[in-house]
Amino acid sequence: MTDDDLLARLLDGDHRALARAITTIENRAPGHRDLVSGLYDHTGNAEVIGITGSPGAGKSTLVDKVAKTYRDQGLTVGIIGIDPSSPFTGGAVLGDRIRMASNIGDMDVFFRSMSARGSLGGVSIATADAVKALDAFGKDRIIVETVGAGQNEVDIIKTADTVTVLLQPGSGDDVQMLKAGILEIADVFVVNKADLDGANRTVQELSEMIGLRGSAGNESTARHADHHSGEEAVALQRADSDAEAEDESGWTPPIIETVATRGEGVEEFVEALADHRAHLESTGEIEAKRRTRYAEEIRTLLREDTADLLAEEIDARGGIDDLAAAVAAGETDPYEIADDLLDPIAEYARRTRDTDTAEPHPE
Amino acid sequence: MSAEQAQRPIRCLVAKVGLDGHDRGAHVIARAFRDAGFEVVYSGLHRSPDEVVQAAVQEDVDVLGISILSGAHNTLVPKILEGLDGYGALSDTLVIVGGIVPDKDKQGLKDQGVSAIFGPGASMEETIAFVRENAPER
Repeated sequence: MTDDDLLARLLDGDHRALARAITTIENRAPGHRDLVSGLYDHTGNAEVIGITGSPGAGKSTLVDKVAKTYRDQGLTVGIIGIDPSSPFTGGAVLGDRIRMASNIGDMDVFFRSMSARGSLGGVSIATADAVKALDAFGKDRIIVETVGAGQNEVDIIKTADTVTVLLQPGSGDDVQMLKAGILEIADVFVVNKADLDGANRTVQELSEMIGLRGSAGNESTARHADHHSGEEAVALQRADSDAEAEDESGWTPPIIETVATRGEGVEEFVEALADHRAHLESTGEIEAKRRTRYAEEIRTLLREDTADLLAEEIDARGGIDDLAAAVAAGETDPYEIADDLLDPIAEYARRTRDTDTAEPHPE
Repeated sequence: MSAEQAQRPIRCLVAKVGLDGHDRGAHVIARAFRDAGFEVVYSGLHRSPDEVVQAAVQEDVDVLGISILSGAHNTLVPKILEGLDGYGALSDTLVIVGGIVPDKDKQGLKDQGVSAIFGPGASMEETIAFVRENAPER
């Protein structure tokens, strides 16, 4: 099927075309750029929710129950589950579908497994584009689920408007709460398996951490206030005194306790997601988030393209193995090779830019 | 493995369908496929034909491997094939069956669209080689 055809059929609500479009995007196959370009005009209607957390915390089970709740509200749902791939063979077992039991036979819950495919950056742009496919298709809610094991996942999850970090009781002492990364990105915290021992302690440690983060955030709120008009500044100052824990936009991440296997706390979680969404819209932060995301997409795309360009250049010079052998033989070093490869490209770019600015424009 | 394959791994759905609750074989094949560099979606136990079809379509897999030991293959497998056909997905999905299928039933399943049947004693290498050679070009 041709790409135009694929796009038309996807927009027309054909599930198989949606599936094939995601494959095309995931493989970065020929024509995927035109396809994604074509999707852009039809995006922006879905609310995108990210869920991350350690393996076994219960993400898939919770996602399943959330999807069911949305379906009961008459909404359609798209889910992307990302699982790690083997660093040795590139293979992957994608097992999140197993937990999708509440939505059996319901095509309006479109679940798609994606492998991380080992490549830094690459998976995040493929995921972002797959989200666009689901959005353009007309899904009302899109959930991106990934194991939160490292920096890469933090990047992937940024494709979401609302980020949820899922924890289970006993997932480390309070030093874990001080660490940078995954805990900082949460708009909503969920402590799952809340019926287990230690759940209270996890909730308490989380709320202490949120409190600390909030007071640091307030300083920047005060700084912000200087730049705002009087009215806004007053509002911001009032917000300051109202709550200790707010971040600079006035949002305090709530902590929701759930027992996903029994569906307990799922309603509260869905409400918390809706609250955050309302907050994003009322503060206009949603627009800022979109701009940040587009900027990130442009950067990632450029990284991807330059990586391809450089791969070509490396091949033209005999391949990476030869270059590595030269370093091993003590003839050169990686920094020198990188300079050698990049200098001509940098030189050309500079020259083109100078010529562009030197020549007066026709108009 | 060629560079092309490295860029586009073969996607498989390993499905357990019906009442049979023995999935060790499915786990072993999922693991072997993973080690061969495939992306394997595992369905879990006790799936209905509709669920398997839904998963195969949504995941856009190249290969659907149905593991079945219960003897219900003549009922369940045709339902899956029909379902795939309903989505226009039968023509470019390689369908293979693993498990216990008596010789007398094999031709019937093949006539309906199953490409190969791997019984007890089939080697992993053989199965993987078959998938590599016959996974549809897209």
